[in-house]
This record gives sequence, structure tokens and C-alpha cells, in this order.
Amino acid sequence: MNAIIIAFVQVVLFIFLAPVLIGVIRQVRATIEGRAGVGIWQPWRDVRKLLAKNPVRATDSSWMLRAGPVALVVSSLLLCVLLPLVGTIPFALVPSDLFVIVSVMLIGVVALALVGLDGGTAFGGMGSSRHMTVAALVEPTLLLSIYAFSIPAGTSTLSVIVETRLLSPEVIISPVSVLALVALSIAIMAETARLPIDNPGTHLEVTMLHEAMILEASGRDLAWLEVGSWLKLAALLGLVSNLAVPWGIVTDFSAIGLAVGVVSITVKVLLLGVLLSVGEVFLAKVRLFQVPELLAGSFALAFLAVTASYLVA
Amino acid sequence: MTGMEAGLLLQLGLGALAVVTALTAAPSLRSRAGGILCALIAVTGFLTGLGAMLGGTGSLRISITLPMDPLVLAPDRLGGLFMLIVSGVGILVSLYSMSSTRGPDASRTAWVAMPMFLVGMQLVPAATDSVSFLLAWEIMTLGSTLLLLADHASRTRVASAGIWYSAMSQLSFFFILAGFAVLAAASGGTSFSSLQAIEPGPANVAFVLFLLGFGGKAELVPLHVWVPRVLPEAPSHVSAAMSGAMVKIGVYGGLLVCVRLLPDGPAWWGIAIMVVGGASALYGILQASVSSDLKVLLAYSTTENMGLVFLGLGASMLLRGYDAQAAADAALVAALLLAVSHAAFKSTLFLGAGAIIHATGERNLDRLGGLGARMPVTATAFGIASLGAAAIPITSGFVAEWMLLQSLIHGGRLDGAVVSVAASVAMPVAVAVVALTAGLALLTFVKAYGIAFLARPRSIEAADAREVPPLMQLSLALGALFVLALGLLPGPIAALVAHTVSPNPDAAVQSVGLGGVSLPGIGAVLDPIMLVVLSALVAIPVIVSIIVSARRYPHRTVELPWGGGGSRARPRMQYTATSYAEPLMRVFDDVLKPSRDVQVTHVAESRYLVERVRVEQRVSDVFETRLYRPVLNLIQRYGIVVRHVANGSIHRYLSYSFVALLIVLIVVSL
Repeated sequence: MNAIIIAFVQVVLFIFLAPVLIGVIRQVRATIEGRAGVGIWQPWRDVRKLLAKNPVRATDSSWMLRAGPVALVVSSLLLCVLLPLVGTIPFALVPSDLFVIVSVMLIGVVALALVGLDGGTAFGGMGSSRHMTVAALVEPTLLLSIYAFSIPAGTSTLSVIVETRLLSPEVIISPVSVLALVALSIAIMAETARLPIDNPGTHLEVTMLHEAMILEASGRDLAWLEVGSWLKLAALLGLVSNLAVPWGIVTDFSAIGLAVGVVSITVKVLLLGVLLSVGEVFLAKVRLFQVPELLAGSFALAFLAVTASYLVA
Repeated sequence: MTGMEAGLLLQLGLGALAVVTALTAAPSLRSRAGGILCALIAVTGFLTGLGAMLGGTGSLRISITLPMDPLVLAPDRLGGLFMLIVSGVGILVSLYSMSSTRGPDASRTAWVAMPMFLVGMQLVPAATDSVSFLLAWEIMTLGSTLLLLADHASRTRVASAGIWYSAMSQLSFFFILAGFAVLAAASGGTSFSSLQAIEPGPANVAFVLFLLGFGGKAELVPLHVWVPRVLPEAPSHVSAAMSGAMVKIGVYGGLLVCVRLLPDGPAWWGIAIMVVGGASALYGILQASVSSDLKVLLAYSTTENMGLVFLGLGASMLLRGYDAQAAADAALVAALLLAVSHAAFKSTLFLGAGAIIHATGERNLDRLGGLGARMPVTATAFGIASLGAAAIPITSGFVAEWMLLQSLIHGGRLDGAVVSVAASVAMPVAVAVVALTAGLALLTFVKAYGIAFLARPRSIEAADAREVPPLMQLSLALGALFVLALGLLPGPIAALVAHTVSPNPDAAVQSVGLGGVSLPGIGAVLDPIMLVVLSALVAIPVIVSIIVSARRYPHRTVELPWGGGGSRARPRMQYTATSYAEPLMRVFDDVLKPSRDVQVTHVAESRYLVERVRVEQRVSDVFETRLYRPVLNLIQRYGIVVRHVANGSIHRYLSYSFVALLIVLIVVSL
């Protein structure tokens, strides 16, 4: 029962938080670059506008254009259900197993790639192809950093990992954990199409990954695709922040604890968003064919983390 | 007579009946009658296998006059599981072939070969001695070779594929025969129970021979070279049976060696199997991901999947040696689940490819597209099977891969201590290999499904495609249903599978909740049905909101909404399978070594203007060009030299025999 309440709170919170997070990221960037910016509520206004438009679809597009956005949103919402964001109380039969979480995320990745192909244009295919190439190359880093996190806790269940870190904070600053966290962060930046892998603010064909896939979508199709991607970013930032700074998360269910959990995860995610935005100001997008080198680097970090934790132990 | 005995006998009887029917039936009835009889053979095999897997006993003794042990067919639990796998695929394939076969694929020879192939495959796991094992193995190989060659007269590539297949099959057979011979010489018997206890010396030799033999059948690198030639050229229902079922017999052989005949090997055996398996997985999926030919793609992906199965098997052997029993059992069950799920999704995928060829005559993905709207049943079945191949949740592939990863990450440690340096290096490497393989498989099957079934048709044939006949649809739907059922109810299935290999199955795998699976020794739980319930709960508000807004803001359909900014975006401007894999091709340029040929034709008046550009790109198999070609060239050169010795002159041959006789006489007189 407690698990259900926490999952419900997480879903509702993140539905409200995700657009705000995007608004904050964009506004911080605008402020640093000396622009006025549009304020942090613009993503909300965009979604409302898109939902009230008649979508335009191609005659040759299939049900994928309709189902793809739903699949993406559902996969992102499932991330919000399963990840320990507000509390670490898992479902008995579906614990927050990191391998399951990665696979749930991949449902969204596949849905987005298929939507890109369904448009029947060169742009969609191009974005889809690049997106899947990056996703394929990110996978080893993701799973190896999960492996590294699982070794001190003895399980790949995320709620246990977070609780272990809460009980013995020295694990967090151990070199092994730092390596794994850096590797995971690079993998997550690639998965969520952020700089330096993809430039979220561009519509140039040489640089597009994510934008190219959703180019042919409109109206509510586009709205749900955007919401799904935002939710994914917010949930994964929440994961990173809870791995790095687990304090504030609810381990024993109580009303006050829940309120603390909600406030702390909101603050953590927004702070991490600001950090991400500040970092992105100083980064340029790397060439597509240099992305593998970056990912190979993060893979090496994750591999070091795993082997080091065996040798240290 | 027990039910099992009746089942074994009935399979042989039905097989003989099917052969006679194929020889005598009129051409118009042949496919129907042959298909029904083959389906009956498969159903009998399925029931027999099920009985054996649940612990039923019964044996069929075939007495022979030769001075050796009698041939005994008596499947144990493990054999029963594999009978179940191959006959399950057999049912799908028989149903499908009733309406898919036409022309040379429905010839008398082909329908004689089909029951031979099925019966052979179903009896290999039932054998309890090496002689009947090898006999059934050869019946299986002979049947599949004949089926492959059905269309040799009109397509030259079939004949070449036939030669490769025969040569590689016989190579496998030779290694297995040699392996059994080594064991028999060391132990003095031919039945599996007497082959077990032997010295480490012959055991090592036998292990290497068996690995080569069964690895060749299971399409492992570097013995996989026949796969990209044979599976694409065979009729699609035969490719489905080969990839879905026959390859599993190779896996069964591997298990027979590792679990029953030589269970307590040194650590390097496990590592050797892991290396071969990991290399096969990576190489197979890399080739699959850059292939534009749908059937070549599926063929290479088979190498990948079998690589993963052997990776799990090797990990289990290695971990058992270090007494990490829980992780070892989980790895073994994961390997078996991978084999079961591969049988379901790969046979569906091959049958789906057959349906595409049936409807369009094309298997080149670059000329397909938009088939989803034209062939909805095929598209759905192929899509579900693709999700299985890409290991996406609620399909069978996902559960198996999850279990493999769980066993690997828990394999390096036992009670908080590192089990060995070898394991603590092997496990991370194995996880990385599985991860990269899974990532590339995702790309491969998004490409296969997305390019073939979504977007706009890239050729007239694809635009004119129609759905296939009902019987083919039925077997496709059945296959897809298997993929989903195995993914939704992994608990009971994994528990059954664990009973076939583990001495203490309840400690290894348990069924929890609604068909969920739990690994008690490792402490991992997965319940796909609960996952479905959770996603339904979060999906309902989204879907309701979409339905409501679809009422208020209906969509408009236009021919091309934006066309990427252009107004004349033609279907051939879409991304193709080749262009889809192009970034990957560049990333893995060093491994794949594609050969590119660019020809630019200039306009006659000016060199600055281009009239036409022709680009050709080919990816050849590195193992074939680097390993096999030199050997084949050597043999060919030897053949050319020898041709001078035997030039057809009868006088020369008479003088050869005279000289030979002289030599013999001299040797004898010495």
C-alpha cells in the first residue's frame, strides 16, 4: 500500500516537475547567454497549445504515429513509478531492478525510433538511425555502471542500493562509486539527447538526433512525444541525484517524511537541472562520429569501476 | 507399453507413413497430406517431450546384429525439453508449409525430406547411446540438406549453399564422431552412462572435439560460415526449422557434454566456451546490424543468439567450478530459456520473412516499406517476434537476458568474497558483451521492422503486397503467441526448465506471484504481469485524454505533412536499411571491413558536372575471406596439380596399377 502511495506521488510530482525542469534549464541558459528568455512556464504553455491543435498526419503513416507517443509516455511514467525518487519502498513483485528499469526505458527509445521512421521522410530516418546507434553504444556503459553500483549492495535493486548509500555514506565518495556515477551520467546525457551528444536547441540537419525524429509529428502527437522525453530526463536526473545525494528520501513511510521527500527531490532535480544547463553553456556538440569515442571513454570508466571494486574487496 | 514408448514408436511410424505418402500422393494433394502428417509427427514429439520433461519414463530398444550395445531411445528430462523445443517449431513449420510450398519446394523429394528432418531432430535428444545419437543426427542432416537443395535447378546460389552446408555438416559430424570415439576408447562403452568416467587427458581432447562439432551445428564463430549462405537460400519454412530447431540440437549437444558426459571440467573449459560464445554473439549481431537482406540479417542474428546461449553455458561451468552454485544454476537456466525463447521468436521471424517473400518476392529491405498497412497480421507477428529478439520487456527474450545478466553480476562474488580472479575479470567482460549485443540487437530489429513495415513502400512490389493465406497467418500468430506467453509467464516455465538440469531446482528458480520468476539464491524477482498491470494503470489516463481530445480536435490527413521541408519528397528519398546502418558501419569499420566501389560518370561537356554516381558496398564475412579462402585455395591448387596425374588416359591408369602391384609385391617379399 505504501509503495502504491509513493509511486502515485512520484508520478504526479514528476508530471508537474518535468516541464518546469525544462523551463528552468532553458531560462538559466538564456540568462547566462544574456537573453531575456521566455520564463520557466513556457513548456507548460507549449503543451497546452499543442494539445488543442488538430494533428496533421501523412496518408502513409501507420498506427505507429499514434501508438509511439503513448508508448514513450508510458515508458517514462513507468520510470517514475519504479525509480526510488521520493521514497525507497519498492513493490514486492516488481522491485526497482536496474536491469528492468533500463529495459523499460528502451521501450521508449524504440517507440521514438519507430515514430521517426514512420514519417516516411529522409529526416525521420536519419534521426532514428543516429538515435539507435547512440542507444546501442550506450548500453554497455549503462549496464556496467549498474554492475558497479550493485557490487557494494549485493543486488541490482535500486532502492537497496540507495539505502546502502544512506546508511554508509563513505560508499558514495569511494573512487569506485565516483567512477561509476560519472560513467552513468555520460550515458544518461546520451540517452536523453543532451549536449555534447545532441543539441536540444537546434533544427539543423547536421546536428539533429532527437529533433529529426519528431519533425513530422504535430498537435497532440508532438505534445506527448515532448512530454515523454521531458519526463524521462527528469526521472533520470532524479536517479543520478539520489545516487549522489541520497539524503531526504523516504525509507520509512510517514506523512511528514513524504513531504520532506517531495521537497528534497524537487530541489535536487531542479539544482541538477541548473548545473546541467550551466555545464551545457560551455559545451559544444561533438561530431556524430566522435560520440563513440566519448562513449568508449565512459565505458572504460565503468569497467574500471567494476574491476576495481572486486580488487578492493 | 508406456505412453512414452508409444510416442517414440508412433513418431517412427508416422515418419515412414509420411515418406510413403510423399512418394505416392498426387502433386495436388502432396503439400496438404505431407503437411498434416508432419504436423502429426511434431505433435507426437511434443507430447512425448512433455512427458519426458515431466519425468515420464519409457524406452525403445532397437536390437541390431552388430556386436555392440543395442540402440536405446529413452529421453530424460533434458532430452524431453529439447524434443519439446524442436517439435514446437515443427508444428509451426508444418502448418505453414501446407500453404506456403509451391513449385520445387513442394516436390516429391522435398516432402520425403521434411518428415526425415523432423523425425531426425526429434530423436537426437531421445538417444541414450552414441550410435543412435549419431544415426539420428545424420538423418536430420540428410533431411535438411535435401530440403535446402529443393530449388537447386533454377537458382545457382542454392547449389553453392548446398555444397557449403554439406561440407560444414560433415565437418561437424566428423568432430562429434571423433569425440565419441575418444570417449569410447577411454571408457569401453557406447552408451552415455558408460561414457562418463574417464581420465583428464582424453577428456580434454574429447571436449575440444565436441566443442568444434556442436559449435559448428550451433553456428558459432568461426564455424558459422555456412549460416549466411544456407539460411537465406533455403525455403523460408526450412530456414525457420533450421534456425529455430536444428540449431538447438547443437545446443543440446553442448549441454550433453557439459552437464552429463563431462560435468567436472577444469576452469579453462568454461572460459573457452565463454570466449567462443561471446565472440559469436558480438560478431553475429554486428553482421546482422549492417545487413540489408532480411534473411541474411536473421541468419546472422541466429549466430548472435546461440553465442549468448553458449556464453551462459560457459559462465555456468566456470561458476560451478568455484562453487558459486546459485549463480551457476541461474546461468544454466538462463541459457536454456534463451534457447527456448529463440526457438519461438526466430522461427516466427523466419516465417514472417517467408510471408514477405510470398507477398512481394523481395527479401532486400531496401526495396520494402509500408507493409504494415498491407499485411497487418504478418506485421503484428513479426513485430512481436522482433521485440523478443531485441529483448524488450514482456517478451520471452527479455526474461532470458535478464536472468543471464543477474547470474553474471552475482557470479563474481560468493558470500561477500571474490571467488577468483578469473571470474572477476570474466564476469564484467561478459556483461559488457551481453550489453553491446543487446544494444545492437535493438538497432537491428528496429531497422528490420521499421524499414519493412513502416513508412512508404520503396518499390512497386511492396506497394502491391497482399496478406498471405490464412494457414500461414495462423502459424505466424501462434509463433507470436508463444513469444508473448513465454515472456508473460516466465516463472512456471523457468521452474520446469530448471528441473531438467539442476539437482536442486527449487533453490535455483521459483515461480512467484502471477507467473513471475524469482531467483532465491541471488535474491532477484521479476513479475512481467505486474509490470503490465502497472503500465496499464499509468497508460489509462494518457489514453483517455487522447480519446477525449481526438473527439474535440480530429486529425487531418494530408499526403505529406512537411516532407522534411521539401515538397517533392519521393519514397526513394527515405532512409533505407543500408543508410540506417551507415553510422554503425563507420563506427565498426575496422571489424567489418566493408568494400566500397564508387563510380562517377561525368557529363561529356564538362568534368565539373556529374551525370551519374554509382556506389556499391559489400560486407563480406571476415572469417570466410581470411580463414576459409586460403585453405580452399590451397585445396584447389592441389586439385589442379593432381589433375595432371589423372588426365583420363586409360594407359596411364593401367601403368599406375601395374606400378602399385609391383610395389605391393616388393613390400610383401621383404
